[in-house]
Amino acid sequence: MSEEKYIPKSKLAEWFDSRLPLLSLSHHLKSYPTPKNLNYWWTFGGILTFCLITQIVTGVILGMHYVAHTDHAFESIEHIMRDVNYGWLLRYVHANGASMFFLAVYIHIFRGLFYGSYKAPREIIWIIGVIIYLLMMATAFMGYVLPWGQMSFWGATVITNLFSAIPLVGESITTWLWGGYSVGNPTLTRFYALHYLLPFLIFGLIILHIWALHIPGNNNPIGIDVKKNSNETMPFHPYMVMKDITALLVFIIIFFWFVFFAPNALGHPDNYIEANPLVTPTHIVPEWYLLPFYAILRAIPSKLGGVIFMFAAIFVLVLLPWLDTSKVRSSIFRPIYRKFFWVLVATVILLGYLGAKPPEGIYLVLSRIATAYYFIHFLILLPVLGRYEKTDQLPMSISDPVLDKPGLIDKFKKAAGKYEGDNVKSFK
Amino acid sequence: MSKKLMPKRRDFLFTATYTIGAVGLVSAIWPLIDQMNPDSSVKALSTTEVDISAVEPGKTITVLWRGKPIFIRRRTKQEIDEAAAVDLKDLKDPEKDSDRAKNPEWLVMIGVCTHLGCVPLDNKGEYNAWFCPCHGSHYDTSGRIRKGPAPTNLEIPKYEFVNNNIIKIG
Repeated sequence: MSEEKYIPKSKLAEWFDSRLPLLSLSHHLKSYPTPKNLNYWWTFGGILTFCLITQIVTGVILGMHYVAHTDHAFESIEHIMRDVNYGWLLRYVHANGASMFFLAVYIHIFRGLFYGSYKAPREIIWIIGVIIYLLMMATAFMGYVLPWGQMSFWGATVITNLFSAIPLVGESITTWLWGGYSVGNPTLTRFYALHYLLPFLIFGLIILHIWALHIPGNNNPIGIDVKKNSNETMPFHPYMVMKDITALLVFIIIFFWFVFFAPNALGHPDNYIEANPLVTPTHIVPEWYLLPFYAILRAIPSKLGGVIFMFAAIFVLVLLPWLDTSKVRSSIFRPIYRKFFWVLVATVILLGYLGAKPPEGIYLVLSRIATAYYFIHFLILLPVLGRYEKTDQLPMSISDPVLDKPGLIDKFKKAAGKYEGDNVKSFK
Repeated sequence: MSKKLMPKRRDFLFTATYTIGAVGLVSAIWPLIDQMNPDSSVKALSTTEVDISAVEPGKTITVLWRGKPIFIRRRTKQEIDEAAAVDLKDLKDPEKDSDRAKNPEWLVMIGVCTHLGCVPLDNKGEYNAWFCPCHGSHYDTSGRIRKGPAPTNLEIPKYEFVNNNIIKIG
């Protein structure tokens, strides 16, 4: 990347940096050129980093008080809530933090979809992102099992049973996952160990995600390549840092509104009943962020088929950079894709709604239609649009859409003229 | 192939070393995988005896075996007749009722839906027998899948009548 090199300011800095170039890294992160037209949808990367760190910090502390044993887990959660100093706060931040993490990641993903951030040369960033998303779902699922409530137990039972759909080896795989013949203590302890481990894998993947991002640099709302270190970019610090912090503060307000005023709004009351392997709750649903996939699972009238379609719904995202053949990245210049993008958003929200409803009557019909549309969007619409859509004229520079408004330059000149007199004739 | 590209002694040694290394690595991984399978203490709890003398006709009791619920239902005459009268062609997973219940009065099944493992509710659903609330599978009075996403009938565990009052499961 063409970027000014770090020049050590002291002998000590030079000595250190030539042995371990952390100062060069820090310099790179600060001066990393970002397109000047990034909007607030680009602040979710920073927000997500905040979410991960919050989850790790609160999670490690909760781990000091939690007991991973079927006889004590439920009790130890109550102990955290009632006895441990600020235990209620830490647990509510951790539980709602998971929801907020997914809220942010969904916005981040749809941002990528709208502005075509997955397209060349950013395919690897996107694929690492999909893997992070998969690991997030696995981590969240295993975390939800730990309180050992009714939803924990039956959620674990249903999700692990997904693997029993695999022909021939399915039963052995579920037995292996459980460490027994049903979800039990061996299952709980291994889920705890993995729930502790996976966030650190996610952390590692986020480093790769950012590394891969820093090779081509950020996409931007216009979607055309920017000239680095020109007047089209700004250093990450302080410009993007300030913007990220502004967005983060708004995000934290929403986050902590849930923590303090509606800490259980996103959870399920049945999870405050201790796990009972003899009684399934009449209405079992996963956490809200998994509902669209749950709806797809139930829409297919076959066990193996449902599982295949559910995993395919995520896997199709890996292929996305090659399914969308349009050379134009940003939806701003794709009049037809832009409409289908919003249909996709509506479809995913509809699937989420249907995932929370019983799988019968109109709900079942709608979830089949929505499932079909989801796959049609990726597998048919995107390749076809890439060929036949007539895209709008792309600007030459990311500045043009701002500066090309008639009268705008005159307005600037007039405003600037007040301060600088005649010198502004050379403006632009 | 020119002489220079012919495999040399050194290439052979490299390949052999990699191969032995790979075999060693795979065999070292096996204990790490197998430790997750059911351990000896879990396997030891493999039978359970149940006293069924207090069960009235038309009632089901549920006991726990290997962490799974076992339904033991004393079926009514009507239920037995209904189960026996079903044409095997109407079944998704064809099985005769007489093969499922050694003693037609007693139906012993693993109470785990064969779809995704929920516990079906009894006296519910379209066949007024078992119904799984999770994803809507309907089972008949013999525990056979009739409607919904479950692929197979409710499983019959290994069991035997020790005497008229005691069933040994496992």
